[in-house]
Amino acid sequence: MSRRKTERLLNLVVCLLATRRYLTAEQIRQAVPGYPGGDEAFKRMFERDKEELRELGIPLEMGSDGDEEAGYRIQRQAYELPEIQLTPDEAAVLGLAARVWHRASLAEAASGALLKLRAAGIDTDEAASLGVEPRVGADEPAFPALWRAVRDRRSVTFEYQGVGRSGPQRRHLEPWGVVSRRGRWYVAGHDRDRGETRVFRLSRIRGEVVADGPAGAVTVPEGVDLREVVTSMGGPAPARRTATVRLRRGAADGIRRWAANIRRDDDEWDLAELTFAEVERLADYLAGFADDVVVVDPPDIRDAMIQHLKAVCQ
Amino acid sequence: MSSSERLRRLLALVPYVINRSSVSVEEAAAAFGVTEKQIIDDLNLLWCVELRAPDPYCPIDLSYEGGEIVVCEAESISRPLRLDVDEAAALLVALRTIAEIPEHGDAVSRVIAKLEEAAGAAARPSSQVAVELDVHPDVLVQVRSGLDQGRRLRMTYYVPGRDENTVRDVDPMRLLIVDGWSYLEGWCRRAEAVRLFRLDRIVDLQVLDVPSSIPEEAEPLDLDDGLFRPSPEDVRVTFELSPAGRWVADHYPCESVTELGEGRVRVVLRTRDVRWVRRLALRLAGSGRITEPADLAAHVREDAARALKLYDA
Repeated sequence: MSRRKTERLLNLVVCLLATRRYLTAEQIRQAVPGYPGGDEAFKRMFERDKEELRELGIPLEMGSDGDEEAGYRIQRQAYELPEIQLTPDEAAVLGLAARVWHRASLAEAASGALLKLRAAGIDTDEAASLGVEPRVGADEPAFPALWRAVRDRRSVTFEYQGVGRSGPQRRHLEPWGVVSRRGRWYVAGHDRDRGETRVFRLSRIRGEVVADGPAGAVTVPEGVDLREVVTSMGGPAPARRTATVRLRRGAADGIRRWAANIRRDDDEWDLAELTFAEVERLADYLAGFADDVVVVDPPDIRDAMIQHLKAVCQ
Repeated sequence: MSSSERLRRLLALVPYVINRSSVSVEEAAAAFGVTEKQIIDDLNLLWCVELRAPDPYCPIDLSYEGGEIVVCEAESISRPLRLDVDEAAALLVALRTIAEIPEHGDAVSRVIAKLEEAAGAAARPSSQVAVELDVHPDVLVQVRSGLDQGRRLRMTYYVPGRDENTVRDVDPMRLLIVDGWSYLEGWCRRAEAVRLFRLDRIVDLQVLDVPSSIPEEAEPLDLDDGLFRPSPEDVRVTFELSPAGRWVADHYPCESVTELGEGRVRVVLRTRDVRWVRRLALRLAGSGRITEPADLAAHVREDAARALKLYDA
């Protein structure tokens, strides 16, 4: 990057902060050193500079005083970080928070934020410890684009390789938010192809996430609980039922951890009750314990187990 | 370095100095994570700021004589720039995540309130990102007390690969929450090695009245490369997965993932203990099969045949 450009941008910021009146493009050109003489070249460069300032989060305001020509200024109040005072323990917690993001686009944003807060006089160097430090990765390739879409309330489209699908499918989503659950990132929103609430796992998105609608066009429904949406995977929870199983004595510790009412059946087996919601999921899970478990009841689980085990033998 | 990155720093450097009266070049370099030469370049650039109209003037006056930076005049950029949406979200989401840790103290909620106020409207989109932690508060609080008092822990720990509860004594080293799961890192006296224990797999826990004694060679694990560490003794297992079994590729660290067309995929997993792979193959049934090694595939079929016999009666 060129020093001249940084210098020009800095001059521009200082100039627009120093003025109370709106300055026209021509006045800015007179005041700020570094702009070219030619009208077209100036216009192009000024446009790019304005864009850079906006990307930095500098609130460039456009307007006019009375009936004068339209111009630009930066209001101090909109630019400046408000006064913020933190006690030492609060500042320490802030330092801890900045370390949460790991290998993630948000890690950079967190250090940027910390820099501004330090500039405001806050010292965050003190070692804080809650006895445990959470670390969250957000290095999924789809994360930055989805966060931008969520932030700017824009609809998106992407190719999605769903489990059970023979190939990726193009999906169209009005994203409401991104949620990390058990170390995996999900995006929840309104699926425009299905006309329903859907949840997508970021690791199953193939290729680019492209914004395909204007900013501000997505409305997050009032009172929506993102975590709840992700936990239920967009659909209602199925009804829960109880299964009775035999567990080999001295084995199947994994099942025993959540089984209820474990009691002795005979010398070789115990009996136990399991609460479940989906037949297939329970059968898949129990099959992992091979001949340490036998389903006694209900018949549909028993049949599912038999079919499942036969499929393994084939 | 991009111009915007440098501009960001320049706009923060001035208030950083003003809020501390004076700052040494060395200290500023450390705070901003750049070289002292870079800080001096930055100061020279700031000093050159000038406005030519209506009347020419230099709005910034500073010096760094003897390596001590003093800003005498910098009216317009004396305060740092506001937090943008990304910055506010990065800190607020992280703070709300910390707030899920039991007994995190009330400082966390105080900072959240202050930061929300300072960020204003920029704080709003942060509510659209959430991180859920699996903290197991009861176990975590107990482990932390053992850690704080430097005492040995006796635990019953479930090892899913072997489907077995094991009893072991562990000298606690630190608590970690990585990607949503909570772990205790400690010196396992049974394995005589540093081990990670997932808190949700601790079935029973006692803080013993014995001081922990961690040998000098016990090195904390470097988490930068993730929690999974391949070893030369690993066995390579190849699975062919149908579209319904694709979740395996997301769920386990795979050495390679090859698309086979029609949504089918071939993955190679590495493992020290093949018992969990055997369980995995039993769970997958039609949605995934082991193709290599062949004897492991045969064991899985035998496991299923034995289980199936139990339904004959």
